[in-house]
Amino acid sequence: MLKSLYINPDKCTGCLQCEMACSYENEGIFNPSRSRIKVFTFHDAGRFVPYTCTQCDDAWCMKACPVEAIVFNAATGSKDVLNDRCVGCKVCTIACPFGTVNYNSASGKVIKCDLCGGNPQCAQACPTGAITYIDADATGLERMRAWADKINTQHAAA
Amino acid sequence: MNHVIIGTGPAGVVAAETLRKRSPDADITLIGGEAERPYSRMAIPYHLIGKVDEGGTHLRTAPDHFDALRIELLQQRVDSIDADGKALALDNGSRLGFDKLLLATGSRPTRPPIPGMDLPGVVNCWTLADTRQIIAGANVGDEVVLMGAGFIGCIILEALALRGVKLTVVEMENRMVPRMMDEKSGGLLKRWCENKGVRVLTSTRVNGVSSDAGKLTVELEGQEPLKVSLVICATGVKANTDLASGVLEINHGILVNERLQTSHPDIYAAGDVAEGKDFSTGGYSVQAIQPTAVEHCALAAINMAGGKDALHRGSINMNVLDTMGLISASFGLWQGVDGGGAATLDAADRYRYINLQFAEDVLVGANTLGMTQHIGVLRGLIQSRTRLGRWKHKLMADPTRVMEAYLAQHIP
Repeated sequence: MLKSLYINPDKCTGCLQCEMACSYENEGIFNPSRSRIKVFTFHDAGRFVPYTCTQCDDAWCMKACPVEAIVFNAATGSKDVLNDRCVGCKVCTIACPFGTVNYNSASGKVIKCDLCGGNPQCAQACPTGAITYIDADATGLERMRAWADKINTQHAAA
Repeated sequence: MNHVIIGTGPAGVVAAETLRKRSPDADITLIGGEAERPYSRMAIPYHLIGKVDEGGTHLRTAPDHFDALRIELLQQRVDSIDADGKALALDNGSRLGFDKLLLATGSRPTRPPIPGMDLPGVVNCWTLADTRQIIAGANVGDEVVLMGAGFIGCIILEALALRGVKLTVVEMENRMVPRMMDEKSGGLLKRWCENKGVRVLTSTRVNGVSSDAGKLTVELEGQEPLKVSLVICATGVKANTDLASGVLEINHGILVNERLQTSHPDIYAAGDVAEGKDFSTGGYSVQAIQPTAVEHCALAAINMAGGKDALHRGSINMNVLDTMGLISASFGLWQGVDGGGAATLDAADRYRYINLQFAEDVLVGANTLGMTQHIGVLRGLIQSRTRLGRWKHKLMADPTRVMEAYLAQHIP
């Protein structure tokens, strides 16, 4: 059974532990701006929404990559960036309609969530259970995919 | 079933792979005219600066990739298409029959009709062969003129600057990337490049190039001529429609319907050569961008393999460009629409600029400069035709909050 990140914004307090953990795991530094997960703040609604790649089936990023630098990880279901292949062209960053592939000017490559290879540190670090890593069926994954379908021009009937 | 694909760029390769997935028993032949393995032109600028070697430009790295998929790679040029006889005439005199044909012949660079454009030392930056010439002729201290500051010109510009050449860029229009960025952002890009030591002449025409003792003289309108060793021409590209001429309906590209079918039901076209549906306008256009090529070819392949309901709903024209570290992007109808509204962030001193274009409360286009985080969501907002409601007003006040606008409308 594949697992996926389940995010429940109602439980998020905006503590940013997830961003710190992600940055440390992937970049070796505590720097939220290097995090692959991002907590968005809605001051007027008193609401925090953590958001990252949903590892969508359509994988717009993977399909748009001109050099085969984004690959499907069969073990986790994630779409992973191969650093030694990525040339930094950024086409994936405009192709992803969720805005979850970002260019990292420090490395000259793109970065996206790879579920930390199956042990996502954001979920580990979250003190309130707003981010959990659970069976894919139980998450809002289907809802995300339904939305992806709605805007899909690629494989409407694939 | 015998599928033949002409063109070994991303569109041709992805189409062949998609066909194999859908038609395990079909014959699939992929024909390319260049003496190279299928490669990505998009990777060339990165090869120019040594970020990847030639192998890093190849579209598929495994040496037996095409064999394993039983895709026959044919290195040959095609002379003509016999649509009624369903066969191709190849330049070695042989004929190749097809049941379904896909034209993924891409585009080619054009050169302006001025004297001297055929001189040695005037090159394009389009193929791997061009790249080898530039690597040989554009090194530290070399004087180089780059004609054209469009998308391709700007991408090469960075590579040339990093190679240490003394660079002058000459652009006819009044700003950089005029077909991708608005006046403000195109102007900022110019200032950015000038601050990095690149001479950029906009609203300037090249009148001609002449050669003397191995040096090239570039004559400019209203400016002193330039003496250089290399002229790189990046003034535009044109769809490779020659094969379709007299055979298929052509406008700027080969016209295709929602199934990527041309005017002949057994011939399809995809990628840069195809004039396909444009999501934003509902009309048809040649977009000549990687994401559109990939959308086209996957759908074309599904339809060639007998898929019934795989219809192309239109691609969004979009681009992202890194010009010496300043990143610009454009999406959809960035020029705006009649009766629409705009939200603008203009922080020229920080080289940061955002222009969002709305039709009522729906985002229809955008230009961004200096923005690298979450820019894909602009595509998502445009393509999902999200009604922004009160978030439109929030974006008018602060256009940086596009991700929040998306989340507010899509995450309950």
